[in-house]
Amino acid sequence: MIPTSHILVFSLALFTIGLIGVLTRRNAIIVMMGIELMLNSANINFIAFSQKLGDLAGQVFSIFTIVVAAGEVAVGLAIIISLYRNKDSINVDDMNIMKG
Amino acid sequence: MSGSLWLIPILPVIGFLINGLLGSRMPKKAVSFIACGVVAVAFVLSGLAVIELAGMPAGQRYMENRLATWVPPVDAGGGAKGLAVDWLFTLDPLSAVMILIVTGVGLLIHIYSVGYMWEEPGYWRYFTYLNLFMAMMLTLVLGGSFAVMFVGWEGVGLCSYLLIGYFYWKPDCADAGRKAFITNRIGDLAFVIGTLTLFSYFGTLEFRPILHAVTTGQGPQWVLTVVALCLFGGACGKSAQIPLYVWLPDAMAGPTPVSALIHAATMVTAGVYMVCRLAPLYLAAPAALTVMACVGAATALFAATIGLAQDDIKKVLAYSTVSQLGYMFLAAGVGAFSGAIFHLTTHAFFKALLFLGSGAVIHALHHEQDMMKMGGLRKQLPTTYKVFLCGWVAIAGVPLTSGFFSKDEILWKAFQWSPVIWAVGAITAVLTAFYMTRLMGLTFWGKSRMDHHTEQHVHEVGPAMKWPLVILAGLALVGGFLSVPASLWHMPFTLEAWLEPVFNPATYAALGGTTGGAMGGDAAELAGHAEEAGSAAEYGLMLLMSLLAVLTMWFGFNLYDKTPEKAAAFKKRFAGVYNVLKNKYWVDEIYDALVIQNFYRLSRAAHWFDVSVVDGAVHLVRNLTVGFSYLSVFWDTWVVDGLVNLAGRTVRAGSGGLRKLQTGLLQSYASAMVFGLFVLICFYMYVS
Repeated sequence: MIPTSHILVFSLALFTIGLIGVLTRRNAIIVMMGIELMLNSANINFIAFSQKLGDLAGQVFSIFTIVVAAGEVAVGLAIIISLYRNKDSINVDDMNIMKG
Repeated sequence: MSGSLWLIPILPVIGFLINGLLGSRMPKKAVSFIACGVVAVAFVLSGLAVIELAGMPAGQRYMENRLATWVPPVDAGGGAKGLAVDWLFTLDPLSAVMILIVTGVGLLIHIYSVGYMWEEPGYWRYFTYLNLFMAMMLTLVLGGSFAVMFVGWEGVGLCSYLLIGYFYWKPDCADAGRKAFITNRIGDLAFVIGTLTLFSYFGTLEFRPILHAVTTGQGPQWVLTVVALCLFGGACGKSAQIPLYVWLPDAMAGPTPVSALIHAATMVTAGVYMVCRLAPLYLAAPAALTVMACVGAATALFAATIGLAQDDIKKVLAYSTVSQLGYMFLAAGVGAFSGAIFHLTTHAFFKALLFLGSGAVIHALHHEQDMMKMGGLRKQLPTTYKVFLCGWVAIAGVPLTSGFFSKDEILWKAFQWSPVIWAVGAITAVLTAFYMTRLMGLTFWGKSRMDHHTEQHVHEVGPAMKWPLVILAGLALVGGFLSVPASLWHMPFTLEAWLEPVFNPATYAALGGTTGGAMGGDAAELAGHAEEAGSAAEYGLMLLMSLLAVLTMWFGFNLYDKTPEKAAAFKKRFAGVYNVLKNKYWVDEIYDALVIQNFYRLSRAAHWFDVSVVDGAVHLVRNLTVGFSYLSVFWDTWVVDGLVNLAGRTVRAGSGGLRKLQTGLLQSYASAMVFGLFVLICFYMYVS
């Protein structure tokens, strides 16, 4: 039985990697991948506490999260394709038309 | 009829409107027909009105026609009466005489003009003015108040101006028109002052109430004298008396029928008419009467002497007119108002005749007016010569012609008043006979002095010009029988008796309701007695004047017909006097130096004042405004705009910093969010 604290550290490492990916990378697809990593680290947290507390509700929640993430990816990729068609680029630095 | 008196002056207005608006597009025959037609109808209506008037009892011959309100009465407050003017037309024996002269002689002159003006440019314009003149003249004589009379008074002045300047493209004619107009303005100013003074004392402008007030002794004596003198000043302008006579000789620049109608027969007699209309007022102001008699006598003599030496046929007649008008004022001045009107009537006949006759001569000689280039026309222009003879004997006062009776009546009254005035009148009469004989001599007698070309083309007048001349010649001969002196022959009708109620103060005194009719009878009786007593002297004077006139004419006839070289020698011998007369005593030059040049100086001074002071003030204001504007601009640019700009810049600088936050980059926003979360977590962990 793996202690809960290990799992949480793992989850934290995964979230941090995802966050750094979102904040530092310029490729929109990689940014999306970072977001997926952060979502999954949250799922691991749910499952860790579900196992620790013996309550299945956390695992049900993580299933929901995966479903929502699938939808989110579908929408996000569609946006990226649409952007690419308009701008010939998926570099997020080019998407600055909201600049003040 | 009394309700339709207004028709008489309105008829020529209709002719004026038709010819004025459509005349340029109508054939000449239609223009002539309308112009003469309306005057003929006006003449017939006048005749009917006068017949009706004559049917009334002698003392009450008066009709009035209050047509409309012109100025509605205003309550001036405090019980004082405000100005109220009605379009009031009245007919009494005096205006009856005047409307018959105006429409009758006017009609003849209209017909004559058809022949005379046929070839002239602007034929319709001529008749338009002439009809307007008739309307105004009839308004003048029919007007029952000063206001209505003044409309006519100024209207005839306007028509006179328009007709003198008829050939407006000739500078002389245009100048003469202006001279007439401006000189008349001086007189009119006096007229207006007199009228308004009367109004301020009597509260009305209508003749009858004013004369009633005057004859019943209201109003102070000095006011009456001042008013009488002011009104006489107006008459001096209109009727060409010293010192305002200068315009009339120049007015001869207009077409000759105009000279006959306006400047001999009708308009210039308006002053005489006005004075006679106000006879009771003048009788109440003896000082004004004396002034009038002296001015009239002086003008009569002065103008007659100038007439001796003029070479222009119309100028001679013009000065003769001035002189005869002086005669009329002399008559009015000595109290012989009916004599003045009688002379006005006969003068209208013979002077219109002489002017129209001279027009015929001028027409025949292709606009030659210089008598030195005429002579011997007796054979070539027989009709003109005959009618001219009639005019000549009438104006010279040959017994039984019209001029004889009217002059005789005036001279007799003048003699009773003052022998000096009589002497002036008598000398004037002799001079008149002489210059008219000279005119006849230079024009019709002796040898021709025309150049060959003109002589070949001399032609007698056509029927339109001939018949008016013949009718006027008849009137000039027999017109005197209108008023034969009672001492000579008792006629059933005399102008003197006809006019007597108009001039008798008792008529007006009785207006208020008191019985004064009997008094009028007494006055007439008294006058009759005076006449009986003096008839021996009257016969003597009559005989003397006839003799003088005939002798002068005989002398002149011999001089100019038989021995023209003697006339030339005579002229040379008195070259000094001749020059003075020929140059009209240099009155025009004196007026020029005394009045006109000074007036120019005044104008120039006023101009200088305008340019330097008035304009200077305006420029000063402008410069001040410009200066203040600069200050204002400075304030606006640097202070007001500066504050606004400061506000703008402040906002801009502040927002410039904040703007950098909104990069548009998702990742920077996410970084900020993470940083924020970090701060919040730190806060919750370490602070709370």
